[in-house]
Amino acid sequence: MKTLGLALILAGAAAPALKLEAPKPVTLLNVSYDPTRELYEDFNKQFAGYWKNKTGQDVTIRQSHGGSGKQARSVIDGLEADVVTLGLGYDVDALADNGLLPMDWQKRLPHNSSPYTSTVIFLVRKGNPKRIKDWADLIKPGVSVITANPKTSGGARWNYLGAWGYALRQPGSNEAKAKDFVTRLYKNVPVLDAGARGSTTTFVERGIGDVLIAWENEALLAVKELGPDKVELVVPSSSILAEPPVAVVEKVAKKRGTTEVAQAYLEYLYSNQGQEIVARHYYRPTNPVVAAKFSAQFPKVELFTLSDIVGDWRKTQKTHFADGGVFDQIYQPGATP
Amino acid sequence: MKSGRSQRVLPGFGLSLGITCTYLSLIVLLPLATIFARTTDLSWAAFWSTVTNPRVLASYRVTFGTSFIAAVVNTVFGLLVAWVLVRYRFPGRRLVDALVDLPFALPTAVAGIALTTLYASNGWVGQYLEPLGIKVAYTSLGITVALIFIGLPFVVRTVQPVLDDLEVEVEEAAASLGARRWQTFSRVVFPTVAPALLTGFALAFARAIGEYGSVVFISGNMPMKTEIVPLLIITKLEQYDYAGATAVAVVMLLASFLLLLTINLLQWAARRRMAA
Repeated sequence: MKTLGLALILAGAAAPALKLEAPKPVTLLNVSYDPTRELYEDFNKQFAGYWKNKTGQDVTIRQSHGGSGKQARSVIDGLEADVVTLGLGYDVDALADNGLLPMDWQKRLPHNSSPYTSTVIFLVRKGNPKRIKDWADLIKPGVSVITANPKTSGGARWNYLGAWGYALRQPGSNEAKAKDFVTRLYKNVPVLDAGARGSTTTFVERGIGDVLIAWENEALLAVKELGPDKVELVVPSSSILAEPPVAVVEKVAKKRGTTEVAQAYLEYLYSNQGQEIVARHYYRPTNPVVAAKFSAQFPKVELFTLSDIVGDWRKTQKTHFADGGVFDQIYQPGATP
Repeated sequence: MKSGRSQRVLPGFGLSLGITCTYLSLIVLLPLATIFARTTDLSWAAFWSTVTNPRVLASYRVTFGTSFIAAVVNTVFGLLVAWVLVRYRFPGRRLVDALVDLPFALPTAVAGIALTTLYASNGWVGQYLEPLGIKVAYTSLGITVALIFIGLPFVVRTVQPVLDDLEVEVEEAAASLGARRWQTFSRVVFPTVAPALLTGFALAFARAIGEYGSVVFISGNMPMKTEIVPLLIITKLEQYDYAGATAVAVVMLLASFLLLLTINLLQWAARRRMAA
């Protein structure tokens, strides 16, 4: 009886192994935005090991990086991405508009389909000579602010929304006052680079500006690489919770027969292992346990979400960044301040 | 028709013309047609308001203004460079000759970043210009500098062969007939190279109008001030506004085409005058 039981267990263990002898190697294409390159290089290795262990199947993940909007356009124009991991929801919305994935894609995975988050903070020159402490200091006369053009850079849109949200949430504030605030802020911007990395170069290499508004992960990396003798971090009193979304491009995945592995790939981002990799690359993990473990690494800042201050991405884009929107009005001749 | 055919030395007019038309259609006309087709998503009123928006108008001024100045500078100095390379023998001439083509080969983004590094207020050149009140990087002057850089080979390479063909004896003959130096240049040399110079100017100008890669790094992209037209096209694409982007592109295309056509007509007139 005992041996029979053992045999059954052995058979049970062997059965999946037999079944799994067959799986053909599979490739996934992850179309992502610029600053996630190193993150996904690490994560892909980890996932390939995990998947091989679980199913016996070899998976090769190819990565493509570029500006978030440009990447989304490539996918719309036919780049066969199984998954997208982009900088902002608006770009995934554009994929949904083109029928590549369902309109409710954001509800398919936990935390608005954002396995990791980030925020927007400041980088100042060593010793903080202009005494910049909070968003309010950025609109003072004589302070030169570096940020990219929100019309061409997804990251710069989060920067803008950080300023907008801060201003809107001040006691007694309203939309008109917030608009006045961002207008003053952008009057202090001498150069609008096309991309976020470009504005980091302008600030760090060209020595232009007193303060750089940057993604938290980019800023932490910059301080780590350049050393505190060149630049310092400044954490504002509050900032925006940036939620870079991930999604399976269902139409492509179905066609290529990769739906299952693509889904598992994204779900693995939420696992403890995935979350630790994310945190090591200075993105804020959404899993509370991992977040607690890495809490020393992330400055304490009060975070507000996009829906707290504007609404969803479609509305945000239409109100603020579309042609003739609030951002364009800042630069219209004769705009206030 | 029949007699015309028999006069040609080499056969194959019909075949080669057929291949030429097909090739040009595939390579040039088809993509251009797509651009026009995409614009038809817009109503006429929407098209008009897109292409006459104050910000777009400002960017036309920036693009066409800086491109024109850059092409003029390149015409003057390109002629000089070509002259020196053809007429004088000096050590390192072949090296200089090869250098002229580098702007063709260099990825434009690399050129843009290098120029910005050079001309930023902490750059090698910029640090000396800044105290004089001359700002290059992040101004339209910077855009012009980048466009001069990428446009240089066009003038040099179009003028060079013509100068090569112009024998020194012609200049000597002019001199022996009593022409002063300036007269020799303006009455003999210049009219000969003028059509090629015009072509070089047109090519450099056209190239500058469409340039994006090098300019975005040095321009600073300030709305109404240093935004070039190609940047606005990218901005519209970033909003998935394909129709708006192509509308602006169509205006650029038409303007460039008219310019090139005018220059070709000028050239034709110049050649006729020469022949007469």
